[in-house]
Amino acid sequence: MEPLSNKRKVLEVKPLNFLERAYLPAIVGGLSTTMKHFFKKPVTIAYPEEKREFSENFRGMHSLKRDENGKERCTACGLCALSCPAEAITMTAAERQKGEEHLYREEKYAAVYEINMLRCIFCGLCEEACPKEAIYLDGDIVPADYLRKDFIYGKDKLVEAPLNQ
Amino acid sequence: METPQLIFSIVLIVVIFAISLVVAMYSTYAERKVAAFFQDRIGPNRAGPWGILQPLADGGKMFLKEEIIPTNATGFLFIVGPSLAILTACIGSAVIPWGSAITIGGNTFNLQVTDINVGVLYIFGVVSLGVYGIMIGGWASNNKYSLLGAIRAASQNISYEISMGLSIIALLMLTGTLSLKEIAEQQHGFAWNVWRQPLGFLLFLVCAFAETNRSPFDLPECETELVGGYHTEYSSMKLGFYLFAEYINMFISSAVMATLYWGGYNYPFMDNVAASLGANPAAIIGVVVLFGKIFFSIFFFMWVRWTIPRFRYDQLMDLGWKILIPLAIANIVLTGVGSTLLTHFGY
Repeated sequence: MEPLSNKRKVLEVKPLNFLERAYLPAIVGGLSTTMKHFFKKPVTIAYPEEKREFSENFRGMHSLKRDENGKERCTACGLCALSCPAEAITMTAAERQKGEEHLYREEKYAAVYEINMLRCIFCGLCEEACPKEAIYLDGDIVPADYLRKDFIYGKDKLVEAPLNQ
Repeated sequence: METPQLIFSIVLIVVIFAISLVVAMYSTYAERKVAAFFQDRIGPNRAGPWGILQPLADGGKMFLKEEIIPTNATGFLFIVGPSLAILTACIGSAVIPWGSAITIGGNTFNLQVTDINVGVLYIFGVVSLGVYGIMIGGWASNNKYSLLGAIRAASQNISYEISMGLSIIALLMLTGTLSLKEIAEQQHGFAWNVWRQPLGFLLFLVCAFAETNRSPFDLPECETELVGGYHTEYSSMKLGFYLFAEYINMFISSAVMATLYWGGYNYPFMDNVAASLGANPAAIIGVVVLFGKIFFSIFFFMWVRWTIPRFRYDQLMDLGWKILIPLAIANIVLTGVGSTLLTHFGY
């Protein structure tokens, strides 16, 4: 048959010569290899004390951002929930009352904003869909928990800490 | 036996017993550390500085774990197994010469518990008894995987004991004695037996790996084929005894190997040291030297363990019966011819 490429190699299976059959040179070679590793620097990261840096495009836990005055950016437009392929995001919108101007940037805000972390696939589409730059997946790994209900993260866990605190 | 001699012997027994237990204890720690270094890791470092208290923590855990004796196990034999394993491991140290004689208050004491003139045979007897611990344990577990592991251990030990004995015969032809003390004394200074018996040493080394059930000959235990091995059904300190016995065995066989082939407590220029420092310091340096050899040997055991994968069982048997035994016999013939020719031509 005509070869498709010139990459074909004919394998020659030679019988082992005496030294190879004696096995000992191979063992000595193996021992020297492991000995080289004995003097190498360990690659261990002692986890709780040291943490490995995440890569720049790592997507972790969501956070709802505040603007430069400390007001919540989210206007509960629902685009993030719409774009979410896992349907993990739900929210309830509310109207900003008088005297709450320092809390919310626009007239509409999210009274309830919940992300089900068991459904979330960390695709980042909510981040891309958000017209107000309110949601980012820039947090840590979502911690483990015992109950399913504890994986539904509300605003208490998602909203950034206020600026002057 | 005179009273000071008796007291010294008792003290020596206790000390050697303690040393072998401590060495075995810290071998488990060293094994984990050495494994870590070979694999570019750090190893235990939480219990105490550099994890130095790790063996104590492990021991405490072993003692506190729930002790399970399976319903269908043969209760008495189930307990005898690990006891026998650790007993045979411990009594091997009785005939090993740990150093040359030291003098205290006009009395000369040998740094050896007892110098019987069949020391080598004693060691071999004890070592071959060791497999009973594994065999009985595997049998009494009433578990087919344990039994398979025990059978593997037994057949492996029988096969390798033969070539080990044969490799020793060539050495005994040169030394002309079965007393370990005399063998050690004959290697005074730098006249170590390994220079005269390199092939014999190699055979002995391979057989020692098999006898102590160390990798690559650790067939009696194998998670992938046997669930666990001969100790599948064991828990808490009974399992601890089995694992501990393996480390004591490693220590004792390293000591035997050092005594038979690497000159025991002898080191180059020991006469000069004795002349300048006195006999007692020279003897103590000898003990240190012996322990250095033993520790290197233990390290070598670990080094090989983290390098070579386990043999397949038929390969193990092939190596034992088809290669090691013929080589050992050839070594005997070579030694006989060589030493006869040397004496004939007057060297």
